[in-house]
Amino acid sequence: MYQSPGLLAEIVISLFLVIGGLFGLVGAIGLLKLKDTMQRLHAPTKATTLGVGGCLIGSMLYYLLIDGRVSFHELLIALFLFLTAPITANFIAKTWMTANLRKEDLPPSGRPHGWAIYDDPPGGDPRD
Amino acid sequence: MLRRALPHPLLTLILTIVWMMLVNKVTLGHLFLGVVLGVVIPGLTAPYWPNRPKLGRPLKMAEYATIVLWDIIRANVTVARIVLFKPVVDIHSQWVALPLDLTSPEAITALAGTITMTPGTVSATLSSDGGALLIHCLHNDDPDAVCREIKHRYERRLKEIFE
Repeated sequence: MYQSPGLLAEIVISLFLVIGGLFGLVGAIGLLKLKDTMQRLHAPTKATTLGVGGCLIGSMLYYLLIDGRVSFHELLIALFLFLTAPITANFIAKTWMTANLRKEDLPPSGRPHGWAIYDDPPGGDPRD
Repeated sequence: MLRRALPHPLLTLILTIVWMMLVNKVTLGHLFLGVVLGVVIPGLTAPYWPNRPKLGRPLKMAEYATIVLWDIIRANVTVARIVLFKPVVDIHSQWVALPLDLTSPEAITALAGTITMTPGTVSATLSSDGGALLIHCLHNDDPDAVCREIKHRYERRLKEIFE
């Protein structure tokens, strides 16, 4: 019988892959099931972070335990994902709000100035 | 002289490390190339960031990163439960306005990113004077509790890191 470098290692790696896959699936189900765009935004921004995260951990463990070397690419993928995912979500949210919501649909900002997608910033320039 | 050569030592360090991670092996040649990139790129881009943030307290940053990672795992489970088991009509989404104590743009960006990645909340927009953040909650009946938790868990810590 084929003796792998560690049955336990393979089980652990598979476990992370399955967790990753499950959360990816949940993200997809959320996209299908939820009602409007803002709700749908929640599914991919959350469920997929752990979905991708699970696969990345699985991949790192594979290189570490079976190939016997340390791989850093996964850390970079996670880093870039964390930098870009909130920005994409923010862009989609803003675009949707501009197209579908009126000022009255949102709660007041509690400030002298309203929300940035409707009101101009004080003094002409956005705060820098 | 050193200040001219290395206008942004932290960025130099980060670029070098990212380069080493990209090539995925540690050799002297790649380290040299990484350091060269880390010195050249901040030098070339220096005019684009006239007032850069002061970052201190690496321990606080590590603490913050740990808390956020843990919350992301919790968020995944919470959102997965809502998505899988709650009938669509029972999901009460709502907008919440969060007054901000943070003033530096970098800190607000970090907070907005954190909010998007964590339990059932997505940050949507800022008020035009930068003093309040509009958040969309997937399922929540108590907006004040959301504000309190974000302020206590994230904003307080970001204030210590950035300001």
